[in-house]
Amino acid sequence: MPATVRCALKVNGEEQGVSFPSYKTLLEVLREELGLTGTKHGCELGECGACTVLVDGEPALSCLVLALECEGRSVETIEGVARGPELHPLQAAFADFGGSQCGYCTPGVIMTAKALLERNASPTRQQIKEATAGNLCRCTGYQQIVEAIEGAAARLRSEKAKEAS
Amino acid sequence: MKKRLEVLGKPRRRVDGRAKVTGQLRYADDLSMPRMLHAKLLRSPHPHATVEKVDAEKARKHPGVHLVLTGQDFPVPFGIMPVSVDEYPLARERVRYVGDPVAAVIARDEQAATEALKLIEVSYRILPVVGSAEEGLKNPEPRIHDYGEQGNIHRNQSYEFGNVEESLKSADLVFDDLFFYEGNTHLPMEQQASLAFLDPEGKLQVSSSTQNPHYLHRQLARVLQVPEASIRVVATPNGGGFGGKCDPGGHEFVVAKAALVLGRPVKIGLTREEVFYVHRGRHPVLMRMRTGVTRDGMLTGMHLQTLLDGGGYGSHGPASTFYTGVLTPVTYHYPRFKFEACRVFTNKPACGPKRGHGTPQPRFGQEVQLDKIAEKLAMDPAELRLKNLVKANSLTASWLHVGSIGLEECIRKVVELSGWKEKHRKLPRGRGVGLACSTYMCGAGVAIYWNKMPHSGVQILLDRSGSVIVYCGATEIGQGSDDVLAGIVAETLGVDPGVVRCVTGDTGITPVDLGSYSSRVTIMMGNAAVQAAERLRTAIAGVVCENLNTVPDRVVFSQGRVFAADSSGPGMTFVEAVHAAEAQLGTLSAVGSYAPPKPPGKYKGAGVGPSPAYSFTACVVETEVDERTGWIHVPKIWIAHDIGRALNPTLARGQVIGGVYMGLGEALMEEQSFRRLPEKLSGALVHRAPSMLDYKSLTALDMPEVEVALIEDPDPNCPYGAKEVGQGPLLPVMPALANAIYDAVGVRIDEVPITPDKVLSALERKAKGEPARVGPEAFPAVPYPKPTFVLPPWEGGDGNEAKRDAAAAVV
Ligand code: FES
Ligand code: FES
Repeated sequence: MPATVRCALKVNGEEQGVSFPSYKTLLEVLREELGLTGTKHGCELGECGACTVLVDGEPALSCLVLALECEGRSVETIEGVARGPELHPLQAAFADFGGSQCGYCTPGVIMTAKALLERNASPTRQQIKEATAGNLCRCTGYQQIVEAIEGAAARLRSEKAKEAS
Repeated sequence: MKKRLEVLGKPRRRVDGRAKVTGQLRYADDLSMPRMLHAKLLRSPHPHATVEKVDAEKARKHPGVHLVLTGQDFPVPFGIMPVSVDEYPLARERVRYVGDPVAAVIARDEQAATEALKLIEVSYRILPVVGSAEEGLKNPEPRIHDYGEQGNIHRNQSYEFGNVEESLKSADLVFDDLFFYEGNTHLPMEQQASLAFLDPEGKLQVSSSTQNPHYLHRQLARVLQVPEASIRVVATPNGGGFGGKCDPGGHEFVVAKAALVLGRPVKIGLTREEVFYVHRGRHPVLMRMRTGVTRDGMLTGMHLQTLLDGGGYGSHGPASTFYTGVLTPVTYHYPRFKFEACRVFTNKPACGPKRGHGTPQPRFGQEVQLDKIAEKLAMDPAELRLKNLVKANSLTASWLHVGSIGLEECIRKVVELSGWKEKHRKLPRGRGVGLACSTYMCGAGVAIYWNKMPHSGVQILLDRSGSVIVYCGATEIGQGSDDVLAGIVAETLGVDPGVVRCVTGDTGITPVDLGSYSSRVTIMMGNAAVQAAERLRTAIAGVVCENLNTVPDRVVFSQGRVFAADSSGPGMTFVEAVHAAEAQLGTLSAVGSYAPPKPPGKYKGAGVGPSPAYSFTACVVETEVDERTGWIHVPKIWIAHDIGRALNPTLARGQVIGGVYMGLGEALMEEQSFRRLPEKLSGALVHRAPSMLDYKSLTALDMPEVEVALIEDPDPNCPYGAKEVGQGPLLPVMPALANAIYDAVGVRIDEVPITPDKVLSALERKAKGEPARVGPEAFPAVPYPKPTFVLPPWEGGDGNEAKRDAAAAVV
């Protein structure tokens, strides 16, 4: 058996110790060691964006990151996005506006969009397209993905406004 | 009792939406089991060679390896079509393309399997390579397969509906054009994966990313020599298919065999590079079209010749060959039609069905040629098309029955939305608009293997809890088939789709549905579902009518309640009605099934093309072409699709935009092309681009705005009137773009993809006073057979093959 390493990972807010062969990517450790199969892969070469997760809040292609490099950093995956039993506005919008057809690219696009909306609460269509240009989708033609992100952004803004008032 | 639609026709969250946005949906590669082993395939580095010896001794001894399989373990071939059973899970004596699998290692993990692959020694004897259809025609030897028509010709066919030469002679003008459509691939985001294991009863289960679990089931039984009843195939939700997961794949047989031998679960996940090798994508097709037209723009006849580059195996090729012609006469009336097609084996990954299956290629040529005809006759291209439309409820020269046709409305709609009349030939130089139309089947009229059974079956079970459980073999590949099923059942039973649970794509527990191909699911599964649900409604109405003081026909099922149409009484809840009916009738379940109507054509070969209904589409593309760089920018696309009825408009619109996206990708950049390595590097024919980086596809940034109009005129053959939407909207995009480029800069690009370098070289030719065109220059001499001659319906034919003299006597 190949040599394994032990490392502490913080995934979706939970600290956990994991043992895995040192060559494993973050993608592999999430899917194979932690059973978090919501993160997908379409190439494992950094070409498709399906494996996008957030590392310290920034989108990262988990197929290109060694899990070891993530020691002590915070990793967020699609499994951590919902608010308890409720869908996050991005998730709801993707389901309602046709942003997800086969759904295979969906976790990656939602993570990318989440990072975008955290940076920019009112992105233009062009900014949405630029942010998600690295996430290939073969089903939707992107239009309903863009509409879903716009819809979610609007809902998040109104939630914020309500909280403030 | 009929009521207004409550569920269908309104935008609704799809039933599998939540699972997809939370990451909970389990695709094939997300599955894992205790004691699971991993498989990897060794693939041929040569495009054509005999396999002299496979020495796997070292690999077998490698740590962690449990099993090595080679061609010798698979004596029985497979093939999706009974006429082309020509492929082995692992090649036995011959490899026919770079990537053909020759051996498999099953090991404790992928790492160990990959290491062991390198220890397998294969001795190959290199054979001459056939690199294109033309080369295959020129070089009948060595034969890539020892079956087929002759030499390297796999399929060769010819049909003539009325004397076509005569119809061309009687025309005022004859247009003779050559077109070429390059091959391209599906590129589903999910790579194929499969998991095989023995269930607790010792029976084989294969969970796989397949579009067609029923066909896979049959092929597994055949290849592994296991009784069909001892196999269960579960189609996991596909992360996109587009036709690429229709054929059974070598990897599926390998994991199934390994699970049988080892008694342990075995999984395989193909790499992206391997998905390019598996391919089964769009055939490269060379076309010649000769079309006659009168001075006032009436088509008199068409002679269409196609030449398909099939790649190394049969796949769906026999059907693809037909589809390069059979739908050509469905949009416009050709009084006479002749169609010759030839598919040649080459040493490349096998081509097969991709969205639009065989029809985008001739559609491209047909619609570009119509643009040329309109130009020559100084007619508006929209008018020319409107003038020649096929009439509703009519037959084509080739004996296809066309029922409802909303193409006229589609054309009028895109003309209006796009401002066509103000733009066509009127925009400043460098900008242009182009128009094109298309049609697609709502399911193939005939199954892939000959049988008289239904094409789709649905079983519904009503539970005392009020939940409705629906079983069907149909496969969710992202197109929304589960949502269609739930929507139709909910509508028919008057319940909320939320109480309907779909169990689909599982040959161990669901009635057979032939699969997710040929845009058949909504129509065939849908009709079966309506029948099953209506049977249950009738049964319940028969029981509760007495309580409701009415007759069964006046019982209404609506919004979770059951009541009498003509009374103001409260009625009862659906659950109460279920309880009452179950008390009287016993457990409540019903089945429904569907088989398409018998086609009117009776000649041999008339089985490909007929469909219960056809969808129609019209599209306008606007473009801006930079004459210095040849760069093509597409700011906007308008598209109208005759869908009969949009069951869930959100999904229908998504299918249309997704089709436009894929069509525009094919039009501008997608190509599965190959290059020959230099002689000193083996001279092999390899992919130019077995990766997503090199195989260009549109990103969010490249995608123009698409304005969609859904034309709804319910078709009586379809469930709640709904026609297909998954494939049709792709088809008009490529020719509409080519026509727009002509409008913008006056050059004809008669081949796909239309790239900046082609535009530039056409512009250069134009500047030199040469024909302003890039496209194929010659059509080779193809030895097409003597045509099957059939008289069109209006020339006294009866749908059977006729003698040519009979034609002379009638005319
Ligand atoms: S899997 Fe494709 S970018 Fe990571
Ligand atoms: S929804 Fe299928 S790849 Fe995006």
